Amino acid sequence: MPGRLIEREMRTENLPHIWCPGCSHGSVMRALCQAIENAGLDRKNTIIVSGIGCSSRAVGYLNFDTIHTTHGRALAFATGIKLARPDLHVIVLTGDGDISAIGGNHLIHACRRNIGITCIVLNNNIYGMTGGQYSPTTPSGDYATTAPYGNIDRDFDIPLLAKSAGATFTARVTAYGIPEAIRVMEKAINHKGFSLIDVASICPSYYGRKNKKGDAVRMLQWQKENSVPVRAAEKMSPEELKGKIITGIFNDEQYPEYTDEYEKIIEKAGGR
Amino acid sequence: MSKRVLMQGNEACVKGALKAGMRFFAGYPITPSTEIAEGCAVLLPKMGGKFIQMEDEIASMAAVIGASVTGTKAMTATSGPGFSLKQENIGYASVAEIPCVIVNVQRSGPSTGLPTSSSQGDVMQSRWGTHGDHPIIVLSPSSVSETYYLAIRAFNLSEKYMTPVIFLMDEMIGHLRETVEIDDEVEIIDRKQPDAPEDKYEAYKAEDNLVPVLPVFGSGHYYNITGLTHDTWGFPTNNRKTADQLNNRLMDKIEKNRRDIEAWDEYLTDDAEILIVAYGGSARVGEAAVDMLREKGIKAGMYRPVTIWPMAETRLKELATQCGKILVIEHNHGQYVHEVERVAGDKARIEFIGRINGSYILPEEVAEKAEEM
Repeated sequence: MPGRLIEREMRTENLPHIWCPGCSHGSVMRALCQAIENAGLDRKNTIIVSGIGCSSRAVGYLNFDTIHTTHGRALAFATGIKLARPDLHVIVLTGDGDISAIGGNHLIHACRRNIGITCIVLNNNIYGMTGGQYSPTTPSGDYATTAPYGNIDRDFDIPLLAKSAGATFTARVTAYGIPEAIRVMEKAINHKGFSLIDVASICPSYYGRKNKKGDAVRMLQWQKENSVPVRAAEKMSPEELKGKIITGIFNDEQYPEYTDEYEKIIEKAGGR
Repeated sequence: MSKRVLMQGNEACVKGALKAGMRFFAGYPITPSTEIAEGCAVLLPKMGGKFIQMEDEIASMAAVIGASVTGTKAMTATSGPGFSLKQENIGYASVAEIPCVIVNVQRSGPSTGLPTSSSQGDVMQSRWGTHGDHPIIVLSPSSVSETYYLAIRAFNLSEKYMTPVIFLMDEMIGHLRETVEIDDEVEIIDRKQPDAPEDKYEAYKAEDNLVPVLPVFGSGHYYNITGLTHDTWGFPTNNRKTADQLNNRLMDKIEKNRRDIEAWDEYLTDDAEILIVAYGGSARVGEAAVDMLREKGIKAGMYRPVTIWPMAETRLKELATQCGKILVIEHNHGQYVHEVERVAGDKARIEFIGRINGSYILPEEVAEKAEEM
């Protein structure tokens, strides 16, 4: 029997989900449902948009108006939805490859515009749907089916990238730390402007197996042991932070939101 | 009420789209279609509509689809390279059945090509540019006035059949200035909506005309849209039977309604013994050539497809039988001529004149070739 939260927010007839045993996407999806309820969003005015990849399949299970778009383009679709109907709450679910490789251009420009979209990145450091290829967040030196001799690419810090591009709310949580994830997601949803949460997720099937990280429990345990809250991280040296996951809210700023600014354009042009 | 206005083809496209109810435009600067984006940037906010210059062509196509799912009539405009970039999301709009209008003011290619020169080199791409079998409607105007009215029809067809419509202009028409008689009384079709919100809504269960009634987002129906092959509820499936039903319905949606969609124009065909087939900018050349031939006493006429896809095939077959000789003229290396051969190849001898250097075919060349035939 699904829990009451799941009965309220999910399309239970579509469950069980397609994700592998041990994958953390299910618990993150549940956390999002809790955050949506905690934020008091009206279901009718909440649109959930995703791209392509394991994480993006979540929209099929969420009982809202949902749109599963093309690879990397979720934020561009979401921009059209939000600009056309600024009264809607637009939440984007995406993965590390979807948002920072093929969708990288859309990410930086959505951040720059500060458009009122909440972007949740289920970052498992790998392309899971296609069977374990390295992504822009696969750590240097790690292995993937397309990095059989070790990854020579440098990895992106997605919240740092988003913040640099102008996102006014950025944060990182972990699949281990679900209560914190719910709290931060609620804040991100309530934020006026573009908000991005990087959710450190686990992929035992591909990333874990290729890099000998152990099973799902071991991978979550590793997250617990290696997470450093941002306040504590500020006092640590780069050497001490090597291999750690820095969690918490990195910035939470007020800046004019894009669709509000466009309303002013309409007024200026005499359209209101 | 009507009024006469002198305007440019690209401007007529904007004005027609606004008349049709377009209230969202997303685009990216590209020659020779930029005036359409500029016009929308000025005029949309005056009408409470939205304009956005996106980071690239892909994003602008995506934003247009996003706006359309909220029920907002949406358009993008581009040329050659940008049209290539939009293809993936055009396919998405086609399979997810999201109405939108994509303007392509054709320029000379391939690749960056001759950006300021006219061409009709994207004709086959307008039909088959995105991957996979998919339905599409393609319209091509050959005057500024027709650009205005056909832009309205592009939106009407898009909303009626829940499909992207390619508005295939060319630089010749886009940058041409002509008088348009603007008639306020035009038919505007708005998207059909379900009567009342239902807790479980079978969004892709099409009606008898094979067109689904998709509720706009934010209206309380809670359904799913996806580019994956989906069932009638909008959820992904690998079931072969369901895939068969969806993909065949999509193709049949246009095929079985083609009589309602098809449009063409004829010039002096009643007694014609040689038929010129041309569309868009090349039809202006064709019309002048017909006049030249008539002055010489040669009974020439012209058939001009207005809907490039679907083509009004029945009428072309009749005219092919009547004339026995067809001369196709296109500003490309020979694309639509193959469609004409497919439709009428067994009824008429078919010849072709093309041009791929950015210049125009001259009416004299057409007349000379027709005389030889």
